[in-house]
Amino acid sequence: MALTRHEVENIAHLARLRISADEVPGYVESLSRIIDFVAQLDDAETDKVEPMAHPLHMTQPLRVDAVTEENQRELFQTNASRTERGLYLVPKVIE
Amino acid sequence: MTWEVVIGLEIHAQLKTASKIFSGAATAFGAEPNTQACLVDLGYPGVLPVLNREAVRMAVRFGLASHSTVAPRSIFARKNYFYPDLPKGYQISQYELPVVHDGWVDITLDDGAVKRVGITRAHLEEDAGKSLHEDFHGLSGIDLNRAGTPLLEIVSEPDLRSAREAVAYMKLIHQLVRYLDICDGNMQEGSLRCDANVSVRPLGRHEFGTRAEIKNLNSFRFIERAINFEVERQIDIIESGGSVVQETRLYDSARDETRPMRSKEEANDYRYFPDPDLLPVEIDRATVDEIRAELPELPWEKQDRLVSDYGLSAYDASLLSASRAMADYFEAVASRVGDKKVAANWVMGDLSGALNKDGIGIEASPVSAEALAGMLCRIEDGTISGKIAKSVFEAMWAGEGSADAIIEARGLKQITDSGAIQAVIQQVLADNPGQLEQYRSGKDKLFGFFVGQVMKATRGQANPAEVNKLLKEMLNG
Amino acid sequence: MHTRTLAELSAALHAREVSSVELTRHFLARIDALADKLNAFVTVTADAALAQAEAADAVLGAGEAGPLTGIPLVHKDIFCTRGVRTSCGSRMLDNFVAPYDAFAVERLAEAGMVTLAKANMDEFAMGSSNETSWYGPVRNPWDLDKVPGGSSGGSAAAVAARLAPAATGTDTGGSIRQPAALTGITGLKPTYGRISRFGMIAFASSLDQAGTLTQTAEDAALMLTAMAGHDPRDSTSVDEPVPDYRATLGDDLEGLRVGVPREFFDEGLDAANAAAVQAALDEFRKLGATVEDVSLPNVGLSVPAYYVVAPAECSSNLSRYDGVRFGYRAEDPVDLEDMYKRSRGEGFGAEVKRRIMTGAYVLSAGYYDAYYLKAQRVRQLIAEDFRQAFASVDLLLGPTTPTPAFALGAKTDDPVTMYLNDIYTIGVNLAGLPGMSVPCGMVDGLPVGLQLIGRHFDEAGLLNAAHRYQQVTDWHRLAPGGEFA
Repeated sequence: MALTRHEVENIAHLARLRISADEVPGYVESLSRIIDFVAQLDDAETDKVEPMAHPLHMTQPLRVDAVTEENQRELFQTNASRTERGLYLVPKVIE
Repeated sequence: MTWEVVIGLEIHAQLKTASKIFSGAATAFGAEPNTQACLVDLGYPGVLPVLNREAVRMAVRFGLASHSTVAPRSIFARKNYFYPDLPKGYQISQYELPVVHDGWVDITLDDGAVKRVGITRAHLEEDAGKSLHEDFHGLSGIDLNRAGTPLLEIVSEPDLRSAREAVAYMKLIHQLVRYLDICDGNMQEGSLRCDANVSVRPLGRHEFGTRAEIKNLNSFRFIERAINFEVERQIDIIESGGSVVQETRLYDSARDETRPMRSKEEANDYRYFPDPDLLPVEIDRATVDEIRAELPELPWEKQDRLVSDYGLSAYDASLLSASRAMADYFEAVASRVGDKKVAANWVMGDLSGALNKDGIGIEASPVSAEALAGMLCRIEDGTISGKIAKSVFEAMWAGEGSADAIIEARGLKQITDSGAIQAVIQQVLADNPGQLEQYRSGKDKLFGFFVGQVMKATRGQANPAEVNKLLKEMLNG
Repeated sequence: MHTRTLAELSAALHAREVSSVELTRHFLARIDALADKLNAFVTVTADAALAQAEAADAVLGAGEAGPLTGIPLVHKDIFCTRGVRTSCGSRMLDNFVAPYDAFAVERLAEAGMVTLAKANMDEFAMGSSNETSWYGPVRNPWDLDKVPGGSSGGSAAAVAARLAPAATGTDTGGSIRQPAALTGITGLKPTYGRISRFGMIAFASSLDQAGTLTQTAEDAALMLTAMAGHDPRDSTSVDEPVPDYRATLGDDLEGLRVGVPREFFDEGLDAANAAAVQAALDEFRKLGATVEDVSLPNVGLSVPAYYVVAPAECSSNLSRYDGVRFGYRAEDPVDLEDMYKRSRGEGFGAEVKRRIMTGAYVLSAGYYDAYYLKAQRVRQLIAEDFRQAFASVDLLLGPTTPTPAFALGAKTDDPVTMYLNDIYTIGVNLAGLPGMSVPCGMVDGLPVGLQLIGRHFDEAGLLNAAHRYQQVTDWHRLAPGGEFA
């Protein structure tokens, strides 16, 4: 099943990836190859099979409700490209 | 054409846990930006969520109180979208298997009728951070302190038929989460807020109309106004031949209107899937039973009991059970006095009025329940009249001490001694021979004049019943 | 010195025959001289290593040392290391200094091991040849024109070239076992959840597992004993007791039932590889094991199932790289969307972008059931196949890869061809089982790997089988010659 150029551009937008115009045909081709390849899953009879999300049958452990983290803002913000007065700065957010 | 309004609410209640839903960072409101955002809240590479036990238990409390099913197994899923206040690029929420589902609550409408509102589901999720729009050189600032705060999203069935019904339902949920002690209910700080799904359809039609979702309503007044505006807008569109667009809108309280949300213009494809970092949450019967046993008396139970135990009207009982603190206060007063109705009137009247005037909650009342009861006992035993009590209460509110101390200090003790009252009456009759003459020649209305004169002469302290009785005897004698 | 195993180095250190500082200097000198030929490392932490070695020597001197105290290793650059750049092989994290240590790093540091360097890897562990790294491809020390495998290619090349006696790695679809096979070393991927994922930068959360690359199974046992264990910071980490894995090495294989999945001997398997694996099976027979045919009927669908599940999880896991709190941010974005798209478009390489897009596609509205849910169901079938097999056998043996190491650039044009390189390893990840690769032959001067697959949490059985095999064979003793000798 071939993906269209439009579909690839949509997915790139959904995933917030800038793909230049000359890169698009390459992604159309490789993604089509991959989707084609995984389509062989259709061969398996799975009507009565439960989907498997985890390799082990375990249940979620629960944490005691206690504050264990201290403020380490200065350390954590050393990796950020732009901060001011303790805030992370981004281009204007429009609601 | 008569239109029917169809409303469903998605209420977000911030749960009152000490730490976040998936991390050990504090949830306190109002801290310096990003000082309560740990590696997990920031979505740092390599760190993983671990679920807060208390958040789960709080969800179960709500589920049990709202006659819902508590799911023995529920699943956390990721809702994927990009937004600067969403650090991981996905929100951990619940999608296909929420922790609570299929319940209901009853709300009382303006006309006293009771209406059942279905609760589709209530699921746990994490709150996002905040974008601050004040200007940072044309940029926005992001504060992630709120990111990861536990939320219970309570989704109603589209059972509500007017803005008033929506507000009544929201008020009930507000009351309920505070009774359950799972949310502080502070709407100004955003602890409780809702999205309203609003549509209209011709009365009698079965299919729903196209709905608009109004985001982030954080007061009862805004809910009512936003819905009313939206209903008018939709009816106008349809009646002028247009059609309503399914979209997300924001309520602008300054302009009292809703407008489309720019950031949500594109159709979202959230790509929900089970969060592989979290395992199925299993809640066994024993845990549910344990939580059920710990449930407090619920608002409607309390209301019924106030009626049966104290002989109050349903209306009074509903006002007094608005909050647990109010009901507790009332009960503390009522248990100390004989006349429960008088106790109710004082709590709903003078006390509530004073609290409102000073803008404080009943927990912070300067007059304790014990103190108020002490004063009411002085009315009951005839020490003061109901009228004098009002000034005693004002003095108590101002911090002048107990009722007894104020009565003593101001000499407000009621005169009940008939001899003393007779003496005053004697004097009043002697001072007003003209009026006495007129009364005795048939002008009965002057009785009130003599009562007033006696009360004036005793600065209101004479027992009114005694005054009435003795005055009648002496005038007619 | 550098040809010795962990066990041998441990003995030498405890005998005070050599100090940790001397050992560390020796490996640092080799790294200095040879690492560039392989491009095996992203960051060498020489100063910190020497400080750790001095501390280890003090512990050794005080007689308080454990079996790993003072032994150097390298960490795959997917493990967060406090104060040290942790790149994950990506431009996105080229400037990222982790503010904390990963669980595996913590555990090995507590055991007294000395960190020499952070190893090169496929970008975000997405690759089977170590050619997707932002820092360039890693080369195979057996033949510099060949790939070392991936994604733990830097770790594998370093251990194979004896630039480090051991390395950590991660295995999501074969990323430890496949490079171990292609470089002639021993790779262990434990049961899913056996080692906490805390601090291991996520690729596909339900598949990712930390493990080891060493010369021998005995060394893997030493490392695993130190690394395994429950961690409350990872909800998927398992609270099972951790045995001393070295204690059971040498147990008899008499009566061990070995199954050989016939699906692994398909037309894609190189004849010479098949012959090497057959020879290994004979060794197991000689050791007393019975060898029988088993079938994993759905295992042929492992690769397509994996290439739905793993990209789906990765597309979401990698959404956090948005240029705001850490990582690469594009210059002068004109608006929010431009910041997201250019930061991610420029920060990620082509293969990572391809997988993110594949994942976004299979999860998107209208395709979720057909792809994602279908793949989860097929995953169940594959796991069930393994359950069935383990009802009648104790251990599965087969090839690790279809072929020995291939040439750099040979498979970069077609992603699917590259993906099929992991055809024998991926099923193990889908089922969450422990797996190993040990050297079992040479083909045209290149190593071939034998894969061992065990029951959930039977690392002890797996390690013992591998160890017994290594006691009667020498393939694991072979090392690249020439300049690496």
